[in-house]
Amino acid sequence: MTADGYGKTSQRLERREVVKALLAERGELLVIAGLGAPAWDATDAGDHPLTFPLWGAMGGAVAMGLGLALAQPGRPVLVLTGDGELLMGMGSLATVGAQRPRNLSVVVLDNERYGETGMQASHTAFGVDLAACARACGFRCAALVTGMAQVAALRADIHRAEGPLFVQIKVAQDKLPLVLPPRDGAHLKNRFREALLGTDAHFRR
Amino acid sequence: MTEHWSEGLHRLFGQQNIRQVSFVPDAGHAALIRLCEADGRLRAVRLTTEEEGVALAAGAWLGGDKSVLLMQSSGVGNCINMLSMLSVCQVPLAMLVTMRGDWAEFNPWQVPMARAAGKVLEEMGVLVSRAEREEDILALAEGTLRIAYNTLRPAALLIGQRLLGAKTFDN
Repeated sequence: MTADGYGKTSQRLERREVVKALLAERGELLVIAGLGAPAWDATDAGDHPLTFPLWGAMGGAVAMGLGLALAQPGRPVLVLTGDGELLMGMGSLATVGAQRPRNLSVVVLDNERYGETGMQASHTAFGVDLAACARACGFRCAALVTGMAQVAALRADIHRAEGPLFVQIKVAQDKLPLVLPPRDGAHLKNRFREALLGTDAHFRR
Repeated sequence: MTEHWSEGLHRLFGQQNIRQVSFVPDAGHAALIRLCEADGRLRAVRLTTEEEGVALAAGAWLGGDKSVLLMQSSGVGNCINMLSMLSVCQVPLAMLVTMRGDWAEFNPWQVPMARAAGKVLEEMGVLVSRAEREEDILALAEGTLRIAYNTLRPAALLIGQRLLGAKTFDN
Protein backbone atom coordinates (compact mmCIF):
# COMPACT_ATOMS: atom_id res chain seq x y z
CA MET A 1 0.00 0.00 0.00
CA THR A 2 1.29 3.44 -0.93
CA ALA A 3 0.02 6.96 -0.36
CA ASP A 4 -1.77 6.61 -3.69
CA GLY A 5 -3.98 3.74 -2.61
CA TYR A 6 -4.24 0.08 -3.45
CA GLY A 7 -4.13 0.11 -7.20
CA LYS A 8 -5.41 1.40 -10.47
CA THR A 9 -9.00 1.47 -11.55
CA SER A 10 -9.17 0.16 -15.08
CA GLN A 11 -11.70 2.45 -16.67
CA ARG A 12 -11.92 6.17 -15.97
CA LEU A 13 -14.22 8.53 -17.81
CA GLU A 14 -13.59 12.17 -18.73
CA ARG A 15 -15.48 14.18 -16.12
CA ARG A 16 -16.45 17.21 -18.21
CA GLU A 17 -17.90 14.94 -20.92
CA VAL A 18 -19.86 13.02 -18.28
CA VAL A 19 -21.33 16.14 -16.70
CA LYS A 20 -22.26 17.71 -20.05
CA ALA A 21 -24.12 14.51 -20.92
CA LEU A 22 -25.91 14.40 -17.55
CA LEU A 23 -27.00 18.05 -17.76
CA ALA A 24 -28.05 17.90 -21.44
CA GLU A 25 -31.72 18.84 -22.03
CA ARG A 26 -32.04 19.51 -18.30
CA GLY A 27 -35.72 20.44 -18.43
CA GLU A 28 -37.08 20.47 -14.87
CA LEU A 29 -33.83 19.33 -13.24
CA LEU A 30 -32.60 21.05 -10.06
CA VAL A 31 -28.88 20.64 -9.39
CA ILE A 32 -26.64 20.95 -6.33
CA ALA A 33 -22.93 20.78 -7.24
CA GLY A 34 -20.47 19.89 -4.48
CA LEU A 35 -17.47 22.11 -3.86
CA GLY A 36 -14.39 21.90 -6.02
CA ALA A 37 -14.17 20.07 -9.33
CA PRO A 38 -17.88 19.12 -9.58
CA ALA A 39 -18.78 22.81 -9.30
CA TRP A 40 -16.31 23.69 -12.07
CA ASP A 41 -17.66 20.78 -14.21
CA ALA A 42 -21.25 21.98 -13.76
CA THR A 43 -20.24 25.52 -14.67
CA ASP A 44 -18.34 24.32 -17.74
CA ALA A 45 -21.52 22.53 -18.84
CA GLY A 46 -23.30 25.89 -18.58
CA ASP A 47 -23.92 28.05 -15.51
CA HIS A 48 -27.65 28.05 -14.75
CA PRO A 49 -29.82 29.65 -12.04
CA LEU A 50 -31.15 26.21 -11.05
CA THR A 51 -27.64 24.84 -10.52
CA PHE A 52 -26.37 25.75 -7.05
CA PRO A 53 -22.55 25.47 -7.00
CA LEU A 54 -21.17 25.07 -3.47
CA TRP A 55 -17.98 26.83 -2.41
CA GLY A 56 -18.02 25.38 1.09
CA ALA A 57 -20.34 23.30 3.27
CA MET A 58 -18.15 20.27 2.63
CA GLY A 59 -20.08 17.15 3.54
CA GLY A 60 -23.42 18.91 3.14
CA ALA A 61 -24.28 18.44 -0.53
CA VAL A 62 -26.42 15.30 -0.11
CA ALA A 63 -28.32 16.70 2.88
CA MET A 64 -28.90 19.92 0.96
CA GLY A 65 -30.19 17.93 -2.00
CA LEU A 66 -32.51 16.04 0.35
CA GLY A 67 -34.02 19.26 1.72
CA LEU A 68 -34.57 20.51 -1.81
CA ALA A 69 -36.06 17.19 -2.97
CA LEU A 70 -38.48 17.12 -0.03
CA ALA A 71 -39.53 20.72 -0.74
CA GLN A 72 -40.05 20.05 -4.47
CA PRO A 73 -41.32 16.47 -4.81
CA GLY A 74 -42.48 17.12 -8.36
CA ARG A 75 -39.02 18.04 -9.69
CA PRO A 76 -36.02 15.75 -10.24
CA VAL A 77 -33.09 16.79 -8.00
CA LEU A 78 -29.47 15.89 -8.78
CA VAL A 79 -26.63 16.13 -6.30
CA LEU A 80 -23.42 16.09 -8.36
CA THR A 81 -20.42 15.77 -6.09
CA GLY A 82 -16.96 14.34 -5.52
CA ASP A 83 -15.67 11.44 -3.49
CA GLY A 84 -14.04 13.60 -0.83
CA GLU A 85 -17.11 15.75 -0.31
CA LEU A 86 -19.37 12.71 -0.11
CA LEU A 87 -17.08 10.90 2.31
CA MET A 88 -17.32 13.85 4.70
CA GLY A 89 -21.10 13.43 4.77
CA MET A 90 -21.48 9.64 4.72
CA GLY A 91 -24.16 9.74 7.39
CA SER A 92 -26.38 11.69 5.04
CA LEU A 93 -26.73 8.51 2.93
CA ALA A 94 -28.58 6.97 5.89
CA THR A 95 -30.62 10.15 6.35
CA VAL A 96 -31.70 9.86 2.70
CA GLY A 97 -32.35 6.14 3.14
CA ALA A 98 -34.69 6.83 6.03
CA GLN A 99 -36.73 9.24 3.85
CA ARG A 100 -36.43 7.60 0.41
CA PRO A 101 -37.49 10.56 -1.75
CA ARG A 102 -38.08 9.21 -5.26
CA ASN A 103 -36.95 12.42 -6.96
CA LEU A 104 -33.41 12.51 -5.53
CA SER A 105 -30.33 11.29 -7.42
CA VAL A 106 -26.74 11.44 -6.18
CA VAL A 107 -23.92 11.14 -8.71
CA VAL A 108 -20.37 10.94 -7.37
CA LEU A 109 -17.57 11.85 -9.76
CA ASP A 110 -14.95 9.67 -8.14
CA ASN A 111 -11.36 10.54 -9.05
CA GLU A 112 -10.12 9.00 -5.78
CA ARG A 113 -8.50 12.32 -4.92
CA TYR A 114 -8.96 15.45 -2.84
CA GLY A 115 -8.61 17.74 -5.84
CA GLU A 116 -8.44 21.19 -4.27
CA THR A 117 -5.79 20.48 -1.65
CA GLY A 118 -3.01 18.81 -3.65
CA MET A 119 -4.58 15.66 -5.13
CA GLN A 120 -4.09 13.53 -2.02
CA ALA A 121 -5.62 10.04 -2.29
CA SER A 122 -9.10 9.73 -0.84
CA HIS A 123 -10.60 6.67 0.85
CA THR A 124 -11.97 5.39 -2.46
CA ALA A 125 -8.36 4.94 -3.63
CA PHE A 126 -8.04 2.45 -0.77
CA GLY A 127 -11.05 0.45 -1.90
CA VAL A 128 -13.97 2.10 -0.12
CA ASP A 129 -17.03 1.27 -2.24
CA LEU A 130 -19.44 4.19 -2.09
CA ALA A 131 -22.13 2.54 -4.21
CA ALA A 132 -22.20 -0.40 -1.81
CA CYS A 133 -22.56 2.03 1.11
CA ALA A 134 -25.49 3.74 -0.60
CA ARG A 135 -27.18 0.43 -1.35
CA ALA A 136 -26.80 -0.59 2.28
CA CYS A 137 -28.31 2.74 3.36
CA GLY A 138 -31.50 2.15 1.41
CA PHE A 139 -31.06 3.83 -1.98
CA ARG A 140 -33.45 2.09 -4.39
CA CYS A 141 -30.73 1.81 -6.99
CA ALA A 142 -26.98 2.09 -6.45
CA ALA A 143 -24.47 1.41 -9.18
CA LEU A 144 -20.99 1.96 -10.52
CA VAL A 145 -20.82 3.42 -14.04
CA THR A 146 -17.73 2.66 -16.10
CA GLY A 147 -18.70 3.59 -19.67
CA MET A 148 -20.05 6.65 -21.47
CA ALA A 149 -22.76 4.47 -23.01
CA GLN A 150 -24.27 4.09 -19.53
CA VAL A 151 -24.29 7.85 -18.94
CA ALA A 152 -27.18 8.54 -21.35
CA ALA A 153 -29.28 5.92 -19.55
CA LEU A 154 -28.28 7.48 -16.23
CA ARG A 155 -29.52 10.88 -17.42
CA ALA A 156 -32.88 9.30 -18.26
CA ASP A 157 -33.04 7.58 -14.85
CA ILE A 158 -32.41 10.89 -13.08
CA HIS A 159 -35.37 12.46 -14.88
CA ARG A 160 -37.59 9.40 -14.33
CA ALA A 161 -37.39 10.07 -10.57
CA GLU A 162 -37.82 6.50 -9.36
CA GLY A 163 -35.06 6.72 -6.81
CA PRO A 164 -33.43 7.61 -4.59
CA LEU A 165 -30.67 6.79 -6.99
CA PHE A 166 -26.92 6.66 -6.31
CA VAL A 167 -24.31 6.35 -9.02
CA GLN A 168 -20.54 6.31 -8.63
CA ILE A 169 -18.56 7.19 -11.75
CA LYS A 170 -14.79 6.65 -11.79
CA VAL A 171 -13.31 9.67 -13.56
CA ALA A 172 -9.81 10.56 -14.67
CA GLN A 173 -7.48 12.34 -12.28
CA ASP A 174 -6.41 15.13 -14.66
CA LYS A 175 -6.55 18.66 -13.28
CA LEU A 176 -8.67 20.55 -15.80
CA PRO A 177 -8.85 24.34 -16.35
CA LEU A 178 -10.92 26.11 -13.71
CA VAL A 179 -14.34 27.29 -14.86
CA LEU A 180 -15.60 29.28 -11.91
CA PRO A 181 -19.26 29.89 -11.07
CA PRO A 182 -20.40 32.99 -9.15
CA ARG A 183 -19.27 32.83 -5.52
CA ASP A 184 -21.74 35.29 -3.97
CA GLY A 185 -23.89 32.92 -1.91
CA ALA A 186 -26.78 35.33 -1.47
CA HIS A 187 -26.93 35.85 -5.24
CA LEU A 188 -26.81 32.09 -5.89
CA LYS A 189 -29.63 31.55 -3.37
CA ASN A 190 -31.78 34.37 -4.75
CA ARG A 191 -31.38 33.47 -8.40
CA PHE A 192 -32.26 29.83 -7.60
CA ARG A 193 -35.39 30.75 -5.64
CA GLU A 194 -36.47 33.29 -8.22
CA ALA A 195 -36.04 30.83 -11.11
CA LEU A 196 -37.89 28.09 -9.20
CA LEU A 197 -40.54 30.01 -7.21
CA GLY A 198 -40.90 33.20 -9.23
CA THR A 199 -40.33 36.79 -8.08
CA ASP A 200 -43.22 36.17 -5.67
CA ALA A 201 -40.68 34.33 -3.49
CA HIS A 202 -39.16 37.66 -2.39
CA PHE A 203 -42.52 38.85 -1.02
CA ARG A 204 -43.48 35.70 0.90
CA ARG A 205 -43.84 35.97 4.67
CA MET B 1 -55.48 20.30 31.80
CA THR B 2 -52.86 22.82 30.78
CA GLU B 3 -51.10 22.28 27.51
CA HIS B 4 -47.48 21.13 27.59
CA TRP B 5 -45.13 23.57 25.87
CA SER B 6 -44.28 20.90 23.26
CA GLU B 7 -47.89 21.11 22.07
CA GLY B 8 -47.63 24.88 21.91
CA LEU B 9 -44.42 24.63 19.86
CA HIS B 10 -46.03 22.15 17.48
CA ARG B 11 -48.98 24.51 17.03
CA LEU B 12 -46.52 27.35 16.39
CA PHE B 13 -44.88 25.32 13.62
CA GLY B 14 -48.27 24.98 11.95
CA GLN B 15 -49.01 28.70 12.32
CA GLN B 16 -45.60 29.64 10.90
CA ASN B 17 -45.91 27.21 7.96
CA ILE B 18 -42.87 25.14 8.93
CA ARG B 19 -42.60 22.27 6.43
CA GLN B 20 -39.49 20.36 7.50
CA VAL B 21 -38.47 19.55 11.08
CA SER B 22 -35.10 17.86 11.46
CA PHE B 23 -33.53 16.39 14.60
CA VAL B 24 -31.11 14.06 16.23
CA PRO B 25 -33.43 12.77 18.97
CA ASP B 26 -33.09 14.33 22.41
CA ALA B 27 -35.10 13.53 25.54
CA GLY B 28 -36.04 17.19 25.94
CA HIS B 29 -37.57 17.19 22.45
CA ALA B 30 -39.16 13.73 22.66
CA ALA B 31 -42.76 14.94 22.94
CA LEU B 32 -42.35 17.53 20.17
CA ILE B 33 -40.67 14.98 17.90
CA ARG B 34 -43.63 12.59 18.39
CA LEU B 35 -46.07 15.36 17.49
CA CYS B 36 -44.10 16.28 14.37
CA GLU B 37 -43.80 12.66 13.24
CA ALA B 38 -47.57 12.29 13.54
CA ASP B 39 -48.26 15.51 11.60
CA GLY B 40 -48.96 14.82 7.93
CA ARG B 41 -48.46 18.49 7.00
CA LEU B 42 -44.75 18.47 7.67
CA ARG B 43 -41.78 16.20 7.05
CA ALA B 44 -39.92 14.99 10.16
CA VAL B 45 -36.34 14.15 9.15
CA ARG B 46 -34.10 12.15 11.47
CA LEU B 47 -30.44 13.08 11.06
CA THR B 48 -27.29 11.09 11.77
CA THR B 49 -25.56 14.30 12.88
CA GLU B 50 -26.90 17.79 13.51
CA GLU B 51 -24.86 19.48 10.76
CA GLU B 52 -27.04 17.62 8.22
CA GLY B 53 -29.98 19.66 9.51
CA VAL B 54 -28.21 22.90 8.63
CA ALA B 55 -27.52 21.78 5.07
CA LEU B 56 -31.04 20.32 4.83
CA ALA B 57 -32.46 23.72 5.79
CA ALA B 58 -30.48 25.43 3.02
CA GLY B 59 -31.82 22.97 0.45
CA ALA B 60 -35.33 23.28 1.84
CA TRP B 61 -35.13 27.08 1.57
CA LEU B 62 -34.00 26.90 -2.05
CA GLY B 63 -37.10 24.81 -2.64
CA GLY B 64 -39.40 27.21 -0.81
CA ASP B 65 -39.78 25.33 2.51
CA LYS B 66 -39.25 26.76 5.99
CA SER B 67 -37.60 24.37 8.44
CA VAL B 68 -36.72 24.03 12.12
CA LEU B 69 -33.76 22.10 13.58
CA LEU B 70 -34.22 20.47 17.00
CA MET B 71 -31.06 19.46 18.85
CA GLN B 72 -29.32 19.05 22.16
CA SER B 73 -26.57 21.48 23.19
CA SER B 74 -23.93 18.86 22.37
CA GLY B 75 -25.16 18.89 18.77
CA VAL B 76 -24.35 22.58 18.37
CA GLY B 77 -20.68 21.64 18.23
CA ASN B 78 -21.38 19.39 15.25
CA CYS B 79 -22.82 22.29 13.24
CA ILE B 80 -20.10 24.88 13.29
CA ASN B 81 -18.64 24.84 9.79
CA MET B 82 -21.98 24.13 8.12
CA LEU B 83 -23.42 27.28 9.75
CA SER B 84 -21.06 29.28 7.51
CA MET B 85 -23.32 28.54 4.56
CA LEU B 86 -26.34 30.13 6.26
CA SER B 87 -24.64 33.48 6.81
CA VAL B 88 -22.84 33.56 3.45
CA CYS B 89 -26.03 32.69 1.54
CA GLN B 90 -28.43 34.58 3.88
CA VAL B 91 -30.53 31.50 4.50
CA PRO B 92 -32.91 31.58 7.47
CA LEU B 93 -33.24 28.74 10.00
CA ALA B 94 -34.78 28.46 13.44
CA MET B 95 -32.99 26.15 15.88
CA LEU B 96 -34.46 24.95 19.19
CA VAL B 97 -31.68 23.70 21.46
CA THR B 98 -32.35 21.74 24.64
CA MET B 99 -29.54 22.28 27.10
CA ARG B 100 -27.55 19.62 28.88
CA GLY B 101 -24.68 20.44 31.17
CA ASP B 102 -25.98 23.75 32.55
CA TRP B 103 -27.99 22.64 35.64
CA ALA B 104 -27.58 19.61 37.95
CA GLU B 105 -25.85 17.64 35.16
CA PHE B 106 -24.60 14.13 36.05
CA ASN B 107 -22.45 13.53 32.96
CA PRO B 108 -19.20 15.55 32.87
CA TRP B 109 -18.90 15.06 29.12
CA GLN B 110 -21.91 17.34 28.56
CA VAL B 111 -20.48 20.38 30.31
CA PRO B 112 -17.97 21.76 27.77
CA MET B 113 -20.52 22.14 24.96
CA ALA B 114 -23.03 23.66 27.37
CA ARG B 115 -20.51 26.39 28.15
CA ALA B 116 -19.68 26.86 24.49
CA ALA B 117 -23.04 26.47 22.74
CA GLY B 118 -24.35 30.04 22.95
CA LYS B 119 -20.97 31.63 22.23
CA VAL B 120 -20.22 29.33 19.31
CA LEU B 121 -23.61 30.03 17.73
CA GLU B 122 -23.13 33.77 18.12
CA GLU B 123 -19.64 33.61 16.65
CA MET B 124 -21.17 31.91 13.60
CA GLY B 125 -23.70 34.72 13.11
CA VAL B 126 -26.71 33.10 14.80
CA LEU B 127 -29.09 35.27 16.87
CA VAL B 128 -29.33 33.56 20.27
CA SER B 129 -31.91 33.81 23.03
CA ARG B 130 -32.39 31.71 26.15
CA ALA B 131 -35.49 30.41 27.94
CA GLU B 132 -34.94 29.77 31.63
CA ARG B 133 -38.61 29.74 32.71
CA GLU B 134 -41.31 27.48 31.30
CA GLU B 135 -43.74 30.38 30.89
CA ASP B 136 -41.30 32.09 28.50
CA ILE B 137 -40.77 29.21 26.07
CA LEU B 138 -43.61 29.81 23.64
CA ALA B 139 -43.14 33.57 23.36
CA LEU B 140 -39.39 33.21 22.89
CA ALA B 141 -39.80 30.37 20.38
CA GLU B 142 -42.26 32.43 18.38
CA GLY B 143 -39.77 35.30 18.47
CA THR B 144 -37.01 33.00 17.24
CA LEU B 145 -39.10 31.68 14.35
CA ARG B 146 -40.29 35.12 13.35
CA ILE B 147 -36.93 36.83 13.51
CA ALA B 148 -35.30 34.02 11.53
CA TYR B 149 -37.82 34.07 8.69
CA ASN B 150 -38.50 37.82 8.72
CA THR B 151 -34.88 38.95 8.78
CA LEU B 152 -33.46 35.99 6.83
CA ARG B 153 -30.93 34.89 9.44
CA PRO B 154 -30.29 31.81 11.51
CA ALA B 155 -31.71 32.16 15.05
CA ALA B 156 -31.58 29.81 18.04
CA LEU B 157 -33.47 29.43 21.30
CA LEU B 158 -31.56 27.66 24.08
CA ILE B 159 -34.00 25.96 26.46
CA GLY B 160 -32.44 25.67 29.92
CA GLN B 161 -31.87 22.31 31.56
CA ARG B 162 -33.51 23.36 34.80
CA LEU B 163 -36.91 23.63 33.13
CA LEU B 164 -36.46 20.35 31.26
CA GLY B 165 -35.31 18.39 34.32
CA ALA B 166 -31.88 16.80 34.56
CA LYS B 167 -31.41 13.18 33.43
CA THR B 168 -30.83 11.16 36.58
CA PHE B 169 -28.97 8.02 35.37
CA ASP B 170 -30.74 6.02 38.12
CA ASN B 171 -31.84 2.47 37.36
